[in-house]
Amino acid sequence: MSKDRWLALAPPIASLVFAFVVSSIVLAISGANPFVAFGNVFEYGVRLNTLVETINWSTPLYLSGVAVAIGFRMNLFNIGVEGQYVLAAFIAAQVGSQLDLPPVLHVSAIILTAMLIGALWAGLSGWMKVTRNVHEVISTIMLNSIAVGGVVSYLLGVWDVPDDTSLDTALAPIPESGWFPDLNFLVGGNTRSDLWGFVLVAVVVGVAYHYLINRTRLGYDLRASGANASAAEASGVDPKRTVVMAMVLSGLVAGLVGLPELLGDSHTYSLRFTQGLGFAGIAVALIGRNHAAGIAVGALLFGWLSRASGILEVRGDAPREIVAIIQGVIILSVVIAYSIAERYRRIEAAKAAAAAIGEER
Amino acid sequence: MPDPAVLLEGVTKRFPGVVANDQVNLRVESGEIHALCGENGAGKSTLMKILYGMQKADEGRMVVNGAEVDFDSPTEAIDAGIGMVHQHFMLADNFTVLENIILGAEPATNGVIDFDEARDHIQSVGREYGLDVHPDELVEHLEVGERQRVEIIKVLFRGAKILILDEPTAVLVPQEVEELFRNMRGLKEEGHTIIFIDHKLDEVLEIADTITVLRRGKTVATVKPEDVTAHDLAELMVGEDLPVPETSASTVTDEVVLRVRDLDVEGSDTEVALDVSDLTVHAGEIVGIAGVEGNGQAELVETILGIRHPVAGSVELLGDDITSGSVRSRREAGIGYIPEDRHRRGLLLDAPLWENAMLGHQSMNPFVKNGWWIDPEAARKATEDIIERFDVRTPGTDVPAHALSGGNQQKLIVGRELSAESRVLIAAHPTRGIDVGAQAAVWEELRSARRAGKGIILISADLEELIGLSDRLHVMLRGSLVAELDPNDVTPRELGAYMTGAKEAV
Ligand SMILES: Nc1ncnc2c1ncn2[C@@H]1O[C@H](COP(=O)(O)OP(=O)(O)OP(=O)(O)O)[C@@H](O)[C@H]1O
Ligand SMILES: [Mg+2]
Repeated sequence: MSKDRWLALAPPIASLVFAFVVSSIVLAISGANPFVAFGNVFEYGVRLNTLVETINWSTPLYLSGVAVAIGFRMNLFNIGVEGQYVLAAFIAAQVGSQLDLPPVLHVSAIILTAMLIGALWAGLSGWMKVTRNVHEVISTIMLNSIAVGGVVSYLLGVWDVPDDTSLDTALAPIPESGWFPDLNFLVGGNTRSDLWGFVLVAVVVGVAYHYLINRTRLGYDLRASGANASAAEASGVDPKRTVVMAMVLSGLVAGLVGLPELLGDSHTYSLRFTQGLGFAGIAVALIGRNHAAGIAVGALLFGWLSRASGILEVRGDAPREIVAIIQGVIILSVVIAYSIAERYRRIEAAKAAAAAIGEER
Repeated sequence: MPDPAVLLEGVTKRFPGVVANDQVNLRVESGEIHALCGENGAGKSTLMKILYGMQKADEGRMVVNGAEVDFDSPTEAIDAGIGMVHQHFMLADNFTVLENIILGAEPATNGVIDFDEARDHIQSVGREYGLDVHPDELVEHLEVGERQRVEIIKVLFRGAKILILDEPTAVLVPQEVEELFRNMRGLKEEGHTIIFIDHKLDEVLEIADTITVLRRGKTVATVKPEDVTAHDLAELMVGEDLPVPETSASTVTDEVVLRVRDLDVEGSDTEVALDVSDLTVHAGEIVGIAGVEGNGQAELVETILGIRHPVAGSVELLGDDITSGSVRSRREAGIGYIPEDRHRRGLLLDAPLWENAMLGHQSMNPFVKNGWWIDPEAARKATEDIIERFDVRTPGTDVPAHALSGGNQQKLIVGRELSAESRVLIAAHPTRGIDVGAQAAVWEELRSARRAGKGIILISADLEELIGLSDRLHVMLRGSLVAELDPNDVTPRELGAYMTGAKEAV
């Protein structure tokens, strides 16, 4: 393997190892045997069903990571992916349950609705930034609260749940024509969990993201604004338009985050619908350094950890919260490891230059 | 003989693909003004950053006031009494002058910053050295000359006895240069040692006690100003003679390419209001605008570019009214732009050169493919052409812009704007920070652009450059064009008098 490739791969690998060491220590302190615990996790983690679930849950993480990364690319900190996807999934579920359309159209309508809502909710922050100078971190946090709180209170209010009953209230289910086909045939069709087909959409989004950012004029303008807003402005990039554009693009993708679950499994929005994917996306984007492929690695890693760790509780080794610690340590050490690798790369390049010049003499 | 203030021996520093310093020796006596000269990319800034603890030498030793030192950070250099003002200023834009100056050295009582004491101290430091600044002004609103004074006070505030000034005069007009030199002499009398970098050889000869010349990372000579002429210095630096800017035969046509009429732009506390009745540029003409920085030049340029919007008046490009057009539409219609501040307006420092080579032209040929796409291959090709034609010293087209020396960054920008097919070029300080050899090449390129029928607005602090290149000269004072002069019969001295308002148009 070439040295460059190594330098690109070493940081995530090193931080993974480091994270496991730290977690082992934590496990040991909490009274569990880390070898047994991790042994169980790995043994369970490579089972086909776990891998299927890993892919399923990496899909929303990936979409969320891409949504965050689009903002990052132009120095916008879109913390609002959380609220954007919750609201989008909720409204898309509502719309989907009311529609009566043939399969492809039905699914498309739900997807478009979700993207539109995500874009609107994110665009609102962009609009506030350019017209009222409200920082996007503030506005997206506020909009998160409004979206999440609003959805929850709507659900509670409509069904007027008495305090003592289960909180599993839901909207009307989406009819089968609005389900995204599964890919079970790929894994032999006999796993306990379905392999959600939405992963294909995530792949398309990833490829589109890569080309949009690196190869299109719009992507260039976004990156230029992120790198140097004054220079971008002088080069003809309209700063306000670009901010709104980036937020809208980010929101379009954020709107998709809840759909793997909605279209592949739950087929309705309930209080049990997964939350927190928007915040996880920030970590995933960070690990992936905003690169389409890197985000995929981050999403798969986090997806796998969250699925494989379930066994810890089942076997009574440790609470699954230990995974939160592992993820936290990974994020921190990845950031540090990347900067160390960067320094090392510079030193190596300088040595190479020196050697080349030495030969000349 | 007392210990030298600074002694560097065998200092070597390598970067990917280049050796910036190669066994450099430098001896700076205590209490002298020592000039460091050399072509772009010779390694001057790098050497000074090493002395200031910002970068670490790969080899060599450093002795400051007789004691061997090994700095791991600027903090350690500051403790040793060394201060540096960078080629590209390093002030926090959204902080006030006061906050910037005390940043990192806050005078505090019980952990609370004592702003009043700091303000007094700054004003006394300022008064003592004749450095005039307003402590509560936001730095983003300052002109370059003022920013520089802030940087110098900042360094003095930290108690520096050895001052490093990296190209301090590059951003100043002659009057300001004289003032800076007065300050430098004052500092010298107080016992400070000053090392400064400069590309303008007559300035070097005027102020320096000793001159060291670097070339391709090596020390080639240390001389006394009495013993050399500007020609000798130029030869030492680049092996060429000193160029003079001179226009060749007039190529002015009567086709108007740019016309600004009755322009009225609102000002603020920090921005100059504009009142420009008529500025016309013909094809094949270089129109020079002379003026002390901060008299509305930046505002005028931004209005022509479309970043700033006038309350009244019009901007016409090739006969079309573009007053309400966007920046992009104007650039596409043929306005090229060499910004006065390359880092602020001209470059994406972390992006590779090829991406920088399309900045400002990203929506035009040859950088666009099938409408929506950019074309990296065409951009790399264009970058190679610029590197070749403008002698940009770089290991390749994929290195980030920040890896280039200041002058080479400037050459990249100049090359980008001169190779584009624009009809009007706004060139603000095009040779700022460029060494004497490359300067001649840029002048020649400007002349050939003029021959090719472009209309050029030239803004420069270098009065000889202005007089030598322009077909017509305007003087800008407090937001208006106050005089129109014929460059053929005006001297730099007279021009200077117009610029300060000491002399008025008849
Ligand atoms: N951070 C960096 N990474 C890689 N190369 C660098 C870096 N800084 C400087 N260089 C290279 O080192 C060489 C010397 O640069 P330096 O900035 O010292 O030149 P200089 O003499 O100050 O030139 P100028 O007059 O243009 O400012 C150049 O070839 C430059 O490209
Ligand atoms: Mg330099």
